[in-house]
Amino acid sequence: MSITVYVPADSAALSVGAEETAAAISREAGARGLDMKIVRNGSRGLFWLEPLVEVMTSAGRVAYGPVSGADVPGLIEALSVAGAHPLCLGPTDEIPYLKSQERLTFARIGVIDPLDLADYEAHGGLAGLRRALVMEPAAICDEVTESGLRGRGGAGFPAGIKWKTVREQPGPLKYVCCNADEGDSGTFADRMVMEGDPFMLIEGMIIAGLATGATEGFVYIRSEYPRAVAQMEAAIGVLERAGWLGPDVGGSGRAFRLHVRKGAGAYICGEESSMLESLEGRRGTVRAKPPIAAIAGLFGKPTVVNNVLTLASVPVVLARGAAFYRDFGMGRSRGTQPFQLAGNVKRGGLVEKAFGVTLRELIEDFGGGTATGRPFRTAQLGGPLGAYISEDMLDLPADYEALAEAGAMLGHGGIVVFDESVDMAEMARFAFEFCEIESCGKCTPCRIGAIRGRETVEKVLRGENVAANIALIDDLCELMRDGSLCAMGGLTPMPVLSAIRLFPEDFDRAAPLAAE
Amino acid sequence: MRGNAGAIPAASWDPALVRGIAEEMKGQEGALLPILHALNERFGYVDERAEPLVAEVLNLSRAEVHGVISFYHDFRAAPAGRVSVKVCRAEACQSMGALALIERLCARHGVALGDTSAGGIAIEPVYCLGNCACAPAAMINECLHGRLDADRLDRLIAEQEA
Repeated sequence: MSITVYVPADSAALSVGAEETAAAISREAGARGLDMKIVRNGSRGLFWLEPLVEVMTSAGRVAYGPVSGADVPGLIEALSVAGAHPLCLGPTDEIPYLKSQERLTFARIGVIDPLDLADYEAHGGLAGLRRALVMEPAAICDEVTESGLRGRGGAGFPAGIKWKTVREQPGPLKYVCCNADEGDSGTFADRMVMEGDPFMLIEGMIIAGLATGATEGFVYIRSEYPRAVAQMEAAIGVLERAGWLGPDVGGSGRAFRLHVRKGAGAYICGEESSMLESLEGRRGTVRAKPPIAAIAGLFGKPTVVNNVLTLASVPVVLARGAAFYRDFGMGRSRGTQPFQLAGNVKRGGLVEKAFGVTLRELIEDFGGGTATGRPFRTAQLGGPLGAYISEDMLDLPADYEALAEAGAMLGHGGIVVFDESVDMAEMARFAFEFCEIESCGKCTPCRIGAIRGRETVEKVLRGENVAANIALIDDLCELMRDGSLCAMGGLTPMPVLSAIRLFPEDFDRAAPLAAE
Repeated sequence: MRGNAGAIPAASWDPALVRGIAEEMKGQEGALLPILHALNERFGYVDERAEPLVAEVLNLSRAEVHGVISFYHDFRAAPAGRVSVKVCRAEACQSMGALALIERLCARHGVALGDTSAGGIAIEPVYCLGNCACAPAAMINECLHGRLDADRLDRLIAEQEA
C-alpha cells in the first residue's frame, strides 16, 4: 500500500529547506523501492520545527521535524513505518502547541492539499457557501453580524454591519475587495491562508458577494508574496472549472468573478482607500473620508473591503452558525484570532486562540520565551504602527478593548518579541523612519512629521537637549495623531510614545562631550 | 520557487513590444499596474521611454503614468542587477540581528544599501517578507530564505552568481 507523506510547500517552510527535504524523500524512497506519495500541504505554523514532515498512519498523522535534506537518508526507514527516531514528535495532533489551540480559520491549513477541491470538501469546505446559496442576502448579513465577527485587518469594525451597508446600496455593479497587502512586520497569517487554504478565502468572498449583491471581486496581494499570488491564481482556476466562480455560482444563476491583483511594494496600499486607488491604476494615496468605501469604493461603486482573515472566517460562521462562532472570545471581541509569534521568540508560529488569551500565555507558554535565551524586554503588538509593551503588561488579555485601554492595539495579531539587547530609542527612530519611507505624501502631518520626528529622535540619540526634544516629540506626535488622514501618520506615534513612556532609561542619553 | 536562472532573459528596449504589452492588457479594469508589472518583468525595469507609449494606449497623460511608476518601490528605473538580494530590515528581523547582517553584507560587496555592486549584486531593503518567525529573512532572485546568518547568506548569493 502506498505511504502518504506530507512536506509543506509554504513559503516559510521552503525558506528553510522544505524543497530539498521533499526532493531527498522522493530520491531515498525511490532508491529503496518504497511506494511513497508526497503531498505538498501548507504549514501547520510551527515554524521552529519546519521543515515539518508528516506520515499518515491508520491512527492519524505522525510528525518529524525539523527535517533537513541531509537528515532524510537516516530517517526514511523510520518514516516509512512511522517509527521511532530522534526527530519524531509523535502524533501531530498531540503536539501541545497545536493541541492547546482553537483552530477554526486554520483548521485545514497544513492538513489538506491546498489545491485539491475534494480534500477541501472532505474537511468541511464549501459547507458555508452551500448554506449561503439558499439564504436571503439580508439573512447572510445578519448571520455575520450576530457572529460578532470584526475586521481582522486591525480596525475591528463589525463585518456584518459593513456588508449590510453595501447590500442596501443600489446596484447593479458592486465589488468585494480582499485586502491581502499584509505588510506589517510580525504578521504572516494572510500569507499562510492564501498559500495553505486558498479555497477558504475565495469561499468567504463568494459569500460576501451573495450577501451584498456584488458580482466582481479583487484580491489585492502584495508583490512580496509571489507564492501566494500563484496559489490564489491556481485556486481561482480550479473553482472556475468546478463552476463555483463565474456566471453561475454553483448552479444558482448568480454571478461572481474573481481577479488577483499584485501590489507593487508600497506599505500604504494596506490602507483601504490607498488600496482602492492602486486597484484603479493610480498612485496609492489615501482618500479623504467620507464617503466610505461601502457607499463609494472601487471605481466609485459600493464596495466591501475586508482583510484576508475576516473573509476567511466567514465560511465557518455560515457552516456552523453565528452562535457557534460567538461562543468563543470575551467581551465585544468574539470568535478566534490567529496570533502570530515572531521575531526573537523560541517557538515562533501561528497560534489561533479565542480572544482573551493573555499575552504571557502566548509569548511564554506557546512561544517559550526569547530565541536567544536572554531576558525578555518588550514586544511590539499589531505591526509597525502598534505599541511596544513592557513585561508588567504581559497579563493583559488579547482583546480589542482591553489592549486599547492599556494604550496598545491588537492590529492584525502580530507579536514581535525582543530580548534585552533592544535599544528602544533606536526603535522609536525606526518608527519615524518607516513612516518617512512609506508615507503616501498626501497629508502634511505624516509626510513632514515623520522626517522631523526622525531628526528629533536622532538629536536625542546624540544627547542634544534631551528633555526639550522629548517634549517636542510629544507635541509632534499629538499633531500627527490628530491631523493625519489615515493610520500611517495617525498611529506612528503609538510605537514612539510607548517606547518613551515605558522605557525612559533608553532615551536618557549622555550629552555630547563638546557640550560639557 | 523559481530563481532568475531559468527565467526568460530580459528583453532589450523595444517600443513595439511595449505597445504590444499595453494593448494586450488595456481591457482590464485599472490596467496600469498590471501593465507596468509586465514591463518590469519583461525588460527588468520600466524604461522612461515607455511612459508616453503606455500613456497613449491608456489615454492618460504622461505625468499620470510617471507618477504611478515613481510611487511604487517595485518599478525599477534602470536594469536590474544580475542577482537581486532583498534584505528585510523590519522589526521582527531587527530583533534577530538583521541590521548587523545587512551592514556586513553591504561592506562585503562594497555598496550602500539600495545600490548595485560592480559584480551586479543589487542589495535592496524591504520591509517584511512575511517570514517573521524565521528571521532574519531575505529574498534572493524571488526565492525566500529564512534563519539567515552571514555564512548562509553568502553561500546563497554565491549559488546565484554561479
